[in-house]
Amino acid sequence: MSLELVQPVSDLFNQTFEIDSHNLFDCSTLITHSWWSEVQMGPPDPILGVTEAFRRDTNPKKMNLGVGAYRDDQGKPYVLNCVRKAEAQIAAKKMDKEYLPIGGLGDFTKACAQLALGPDNEVLKSGRSVTVQTISGTGSLRVGANFLARFHNAARDVYLPKPSWGNHTPIFRDAGMQLKAYAYYDPKTCGFDFNGALDDISKIPEKSVILLHACAHNPTGVDPRPEQWKEMASVIKKRNLLVFFDMAYQGFASGDIDRDAWAVRHFIEQGHNVVLSQSFAKNMGLYGERVGGFTVVCKDTEEAKRVESQLKILIRPMYSNPPMNGARIASTILATPELYKEWLVEVKSMADRIIKMREMLVSNLKKEGSTHNWQHVTDQIGMFCFTGLKPEQVECLINEYSVYMTKDGRISMAGVTSGNVAYLAHAIHAATK
Amino acid sequence: MIETTMSLFREVPLAAPVAVFKLTADFREDPAPNKVNLGVGAYRTDEGKPWVLPVVKKVEKMIAEDNSLNHEYLPILGLPEFRSSASKIALGEDSPAILEKRVGAVQCLGGTGALKIGAEFLRRWYNGNDNTKTPIYVSAPTWENHNAVFANAGFEDIRPYKYWDAQKRGLDLSGFLGDLESAPEYSIFVLHACAHNPTGTDPSHDEWKQIAEVMKRRSLFAFFDSAYQGFASGNLEKDAWAVRFFVSQGFEILCAQSFSKNFGLYNERVGNLTVVAKDEDNVNRVLSQMEKIVRITWSNPPSQGARLVAITLTTPELFNEWKDNVKTMADRVLLMRAELKARLLSLGTPGTWEHITQQIGMFSFTGLNPKQVEYLVKEKHIYLMASGRINMCGLTTKNIDYVAESIHEAVTRVQ
Repeated sequence: MSLELVQPVSDLFNQTFEIDSHNLFDCSTLITHSWWSEVQMGPPDPILGVTEAFRRDTNPKKMNLGVGAYRDDQGKPYVLNCVRKAEAQIAAKKMDKEYLPIGGLGDFTKACAQLALGPDNEVLKSGRSVTVQTISGTGSLRVGANFLARFHNAARDVYLPKPSWGNHTPIFRDAGMQLKAYAYYDPKTCGFDFNGALDDISKIPEKSVILLHACAHNPTGVDPRPEQWKEMASVIKKRNLLVFFDMAYQGFASGDIDRDAWAVRHFIEQGHNVVLSQSFAKNMGLYGERVGGFTVVCKDTEEAKRVESQLKILIRPMYSNPPMNGARIASTILATPELYKEWLVEVKSMADRIIKMREMLVSNLKKEGSTHNWQHVTDQIGMFCFTGLKPEQVECLINEYSVYMTKDGRISMAGVTSGNVAYLAHAIHAATK
Repeated sequence: MIETTMSLFREVPLAAPVAVFKLTADFREDPAPNKVNLGVGAYRTDEGKPWVLPVVKKVEKMIAEDNSLNHEYLPILGLPEFRSSASKIALGEDSPAILEKRVGAVQCLGGTGALKIGAEFLRRWYNGNDNTKTPIYVSAPTWENHNAVFANAGFEDIRPYKYWDAQKRGLDLSGFLGDLESAPEYSIFVLHACAHNPTGTDPSHDEWKQIAEVMKRRSLFAFFDSAYQGFASGNLEKDAWAVRFFVSQGFEILCAQSFSKNFGLYNERVGNLTVVAKDEDNVNRVLSQMEKIVRITWSNPPSQGARLVAITLTTPELFNEWKDNVKTMADRVLLMRAELKARLLSLGTPGTWEHITQQIGMFSFTGLNPKQVEYLVKEKHIYLMASGRINMCGLTTKNIDYVAESIHEAVTRVQ
C-alpha cells in the first residue's frame, strides 16, 4: 500500500508566499495535506481493551481478571516492604544521576545473574556469561531478538510454545526472526501436552531457536514437571537447538526462587549455553520501573567479551543506557541480607495468596455444585489460569456478571480476592453448567 | 558437564567501544592529579562534580513521602501529565497547535528513545510503507549516535548535510541550503533544535527562516532533536524558537525531547517524542501506531523520572525553581566560555577564538586538529573528543588556566 500525496506540497507554496517575520499566518489554511493521511488506526490492544471495558462498567460486583499485575487481598496494588526500605536506603545515600553504562548498573547485572543461576554456578565463577540490564522483560526479549537476528546466522526460526505470551510474536518478528510453534497446551486436559511437545521438538531443524517459559507459563499457567523438563532438555540437546529462556516470574510461581529457576539451571548444567530474559516487574512489584536483564551464556570469557560488546552496540541506538531507579532498588534488595530475606518472604506470600485463591476458587465451584473437573485450576501455577472457558462462556461472564477476562479464557488470579472468589465461582458455574 | 561443541557465537566480532565512553574510562584510569575530563556531555559544578538540581531533590522527597504512589505500569505511551506538559515546554503553553488539538506525544527512554520511536515510525509510515530508501540527512558533524538510530530503524540511505565550516569556524549556511535544494523531495532532515552537538553552532533566526523556506518548498521533513532546551541560552523560550517557528509555518514535525541535561536526570531516561500533525485525527492515528512500536520495544516507559518532571512542570513554584536551576547551569557555561576565550586571547594563542563565545550550549568545537587533541590527551591529561569537541562543563575556575595554557601549547607546538 503506497502513500498517495493529495497534492505535492511544493505546488502549494512555490508562488504563494514569502517568509518574513510579519507573516505568521493561519496554519489551518496552509496544511491541506498531511503526511499521515494513510496511517491506519492501530488495532486496540486486546488486554487493555478488557481493562477499558471494565472501567466503564458500573456493576459494583465487577472483577478485572485481565491484566497481569499482582493485587493484594483487598484488590489493591502492593508495594513490597523490602522495596520501600531499599528506597529509603537509597535516598539516604544521596547519589548522583549520572548516566549508567550502556550495559547497566554493574551491581544489578551481577546480582540478577546470580539470582537466576545460583551464586555457586560454574558459569558465573568462570565468568563465561554476560548480563546486561534491560527495560524489564520486554526490553530483554527485544535486545535478545535483535542479537539473534544479527548474529545467529545459522537459523531464522524461533519456536514458541502454543500458546505463548501475545507479545512474543511481534517482538521476534519485528527483529527479523520467523515464528514457528511447538505443541504445548492440551485443551482437553487443560494441562501440558508432553508427548505432543516432545514430538514437535524432535522435528525442529537444528540450530533453530526454541523459547521456553522458565516457570509460570503465560498464559496457561501450565509448567512441565522436573522429569519432563529433563526429557525436553535431552531432546533439545539432540536437536542442537539454541535455548531462549523467558523467566518473568522467578519466585512468584512456587514461592521459591530456586525451585522456579530449576529448569534454567538444569539446562545449563546439561551443557546448553542458553540465553535468558529476566523481569523483576512481578516478583519485586517494580512494574513501572522497568527492571530486567538479558544474559548470554557463552563458551568462555573471551566470547562473553565479544558478545557483550555487540549487545552494547545494539542497545546504544535504542535508548543509550537503561534507567537507574528500579535497578538500584533491585540490586539493593539482592545485595542486602536482611532485605533479601524479607524479599523472599514477601514474594512467597504473594505466591501463597495466589495458590490459596486457586484452592478457594475450586472449593467454591464445588460448593456451587459444578460437576466439571476443575483440577487444572490448582495444577496450574503463577499469575494466570487458563480456565478452559469457551468464547461464548467468556462473553457470558463479561456481559452478565461483569467478570472481565481475555477471550481465550485466561484469568489473572491476582485479581481474585477472598472477598470476590465466591462471586467468581458463582459466575463461572452459571456460565458452564 | 560442558560439551566442547562449536559455539554459535564463535563468529561474533569484538565491537569497538563507543568513543565517548572509552574516553571517560581512560580518564578514570589516568593517575595524573591535574587531569581534566572535557569529554562526555554531562553538567559539572565549579567543583567538577555532578549536580542534582535542588528542585529535583525537593520533588524526589515529595514522591518518596507520597504513600498513594506505587510502582504500577504506566500506559504504553507514558504518563499523560508528563507527555502534555513536556510538549508544552517545547511548543509553548499557548501554542496554536496545542489549542487546535493537533499535538500528541510519546514518553520515551531519554532523547535517544524518542529518536528511536520516531525513526521506527517514519520507516513504517512516512513516504510510503516501509520505505527504507527515504534519505535521512544528518548534519556534518552530528551526534555520533544519530546514524545508528536511523540505520537500525532500517533506513538504508543516511547522508550528511553541510553544516560546520571548519575554515570560518561557523555555520556553512550556503552549503546547508545547497544540500536542502538538492535533496530528493520528502527526505528527512534531522535538525538540532538548539545548542548543536558537537559544534555548539546554531543558525540565527534569519538563517532558520531560510532553511524552513527551502524545506517547505521542497517537501522535506523536519525531525527536531531537542536535548538542551533551556540549557543553551538559559531561557526556555529562546531555545525553542526554531521548533516553534517551524510549527507556526505549518510544518508537521517530530521533536525528540530529552530531559537528561536540563533536569540533570541523565540516568532516569526521561524523554518525550512530540508529534505535531495537521489535525487531531492524524495525531490519533500516528500515536496508535507509535504505541504498537513501543509495545514491542520496551512495552511501557519508566515511571520515576516522568513523575518527577511532570510534578515540576505543573506546579508553578517548582516550575519557577526549575527555570532558575537551569539558568544557573547555563550561566556557568557562559562564564566558562568567556573566561576561556579571555585567557586564550591574553596568551596570544594563534588563531581566532570568537567561536568559543559565539557557540552555545554544552559543547564547543575548538577547531583543534587530531594531532593537537592527541597532545592534550597524552601529554597534558586533558581528555576531549578527537573531533576537538570539548564539554564546557568540564571547565572550572580551578582548571581553566591549565586548560588554556595547554591549548596554547598544543596550538603552538603541534601542527
